[in-house]
Amino acid sequence: MKKRLSFKQRRILAGYLFSLPFLLGFTLFFFYPFIQAFIFSFNELVISREGFVLNFNGFDNYGYILNVHPDFLRIFVETILDTITNVPLVLAFSFFAALVLNQRFKGRFLARTIFFLPVILSAGIIIQMDIDDMVTQLLHGARNAELIFTGVGLRNLLMNTKLPEGFIEFILGAVDRIPDIIRASGIQILIFLAGLQSIPPSIYEAADVEGATGWESFWLITFPMMSPIILTNAVYTIIDTFLTTTNEVVMLVRDEAIMGAGYGVSMAMAVLYFVMILIILGITIKVSSRWVFYQE
Amino acid sequence: METNTDTGVKVRFVRTAGLQAADILDQINREKDRNRASRFNKKIKGISISIIRALFLIGVSYIILMPLLEKLVTSFMTEADIFDQTVRWIPRNFTLDNYRVTWKAMNYPVSFFNTLLLTLTVSILQLISCTAVAYGIGRFKFPGNKFIFSLAVFTLVVPPTMITVPLSLNFKYFTFFGLLPEPGISLLNSYWPFILISATAVGLRNGLFIYVMRQFFKGMPRDLEEAAYVDGAGVFKTFYRIMLPGAIPGLVVIFLFSFVWQWNDYFYNTIFLSGQGNFLLQALQGAALKALDGDHNKLKSQYASIIRHTGMILYIAPLLVLYAFMQRYFIESIQRTGIVG
Repeated sequence: MKKRLSFKQRRILAGYLFSLPFLLGFTLFFFYPFIQAFIFSFNELVISREGFVLNFNGFDNYGYILNVHPDFLRIFVETILDTITNVPLVLAFSFFAALVLNQRFKGRFLARTIFFLPVILSAGIIIQMDIDDMVTQLLHGARNAELIFTGVGLRNLLMNTKLPEGFIEFILGAVDRIPDIIRASGIQILIFLAGLQSIPPSIYEAADVEGATGWESFWLITFPMMSPIILTNAVYTIIDTFLTTTNEVVMLVRDEAIMGAGYGVSMAMAVLYFVMILIILGITIKVSSRWVFYQE
Repeated sequence: METNTDTGVKVRFVRTAGLQAADILDQINREKDRNRASRFNKKIKGISISIIRALFLIGVSYIILMPLLEKLVTSFMTEADIFDQTVRWIPRNFTLDNYRVTWKAMNYPVSFFNTLLLTLTVSILQLISCTAVAYGIGRFKFPGNKFIFSLAVFTLVVPPTMITVPLSLNFKYFTFFGLLPEPGISLLNSYWPFILISATAVGLRNGLFIYVMRQFFKGMPRDLEEAAYVDGAGVFKTFYRIMLPGAIPGLVVIFLFSFVWQWNDYFYNTIFLSGQGNFLLQALQGAALKALDGDHNKLKSQYASIIRHTGMILYIAPLLVLYAFMQRYFIESIQRTGIVG
């Protein structure tokens, strides 16, 4: 005899049923390998015909990647520094671009279409092939030759301003990064645009009646209203740059596993990388939660 | 006297009135001038803003389109054009030969069809599984639904390599979790790893899809759902008859992103298919060598490079076509998905 379930019980059951695929997938294809990754990092993994065998070797893998491995530390540190410089630049650019694309002007649709194109064209294989392609390098050289004049001009100009040297280097570095920044901003622009359109126009109208200038209403309305979205975007950008599959550390981890020093070493790298991402995300959220403004 | 003073007052009054009137007129004129000046200023401001905006938009568009245009142009060039310093944008010896050679070297119809099949399989499965999960945790209250949601977000923070490398070993010696005798069967170089992780909503960036769809379902009004229940529709019927049609913008976004990311995927493809199989990715990697009749020495040549560029154009062409038709959805529907909360 089947007991009839109450409406509430049926809804609870339905909730679990709908979530079931993810519960299965998370356990079998995510959490299980996740734990394996930690275990592998403390072992030497030997592959044989019958499967794989683990030989416990303590912190040897960690010692190896930190002390012996020729590239890991350099690539690791470079990736962190790169991300720390890129994230604010991507945020600033995509915020500005969203402000521009939110205005009314002729050709707005075309401009939006082009700005989001990088989302479509971010194929890992193409980026990979471009890096070692001759003609691309040739063209790149030609482009650099064109740019070198502006580059030198900008450097001289900035040196004359007597700004601190670190700041000048940052600006020049940012100029070099412009293409990368633009290509990494597609989704962030979309998210900012959505945010800008969610601000009720009545707030701006009220500010206008009170005599606020455009500058004031930007800093007193747009910016605070957008601050939660800036945080969302910051987190998204950090994750995106760290975890994109063309990231150098990600590539190194994969290559070490398949044709390098083995799975143990590779997983030790992955674990360190994971811990570092958690720390950076934690700091970002902690620091920014102080100035994020929530409407409720 | 009185009249005198009276007229005097009158005169004075008229005089002051006249002066005042003149003053007012003057003021009005000045105001007008100022208005005209401010309108003029506004106009100048408007024009200069448009100019700066146009410069910004053109500059950024140039940087975005440049690499694509260069590849496109190169794909129509002969080797002589590459060496020719005076040729930059317009090929002197326009040719379609590169396309003929690359098309054949990539075995394009076959590799295109295989890639399309894999990509559609993955994106449809992810669409179904992520939507179901998002509906479950977004629309039903049950113990642990917040926890499941945080697990979905957690999957986004873990580097994919950390998961896929052990996962590929598990798939290589797949025992159905102990059901088959060791060493099990190898699922690598088949569609199975893709199908399994997509159907269970743990594929590439599926956490993001769950996040987006959950927001979407949370924002939908309760009344419709309740009306359906009152009319006697069950949970599943309500889901696909009432809730799904209302979620179409979100579904389109998820499908498109999942499709594009799978098409562009380099990582899962190389790790689960170990560089084998007749897919566009492998075809593109091997195209230059095949076009050179297997001559490794010429791989660094200009010709190999032209073939590679042509191959890249062929690789991304389907996506560009898709984008051309669907960009309205890409751009506009993400604004309606409520990703911003």
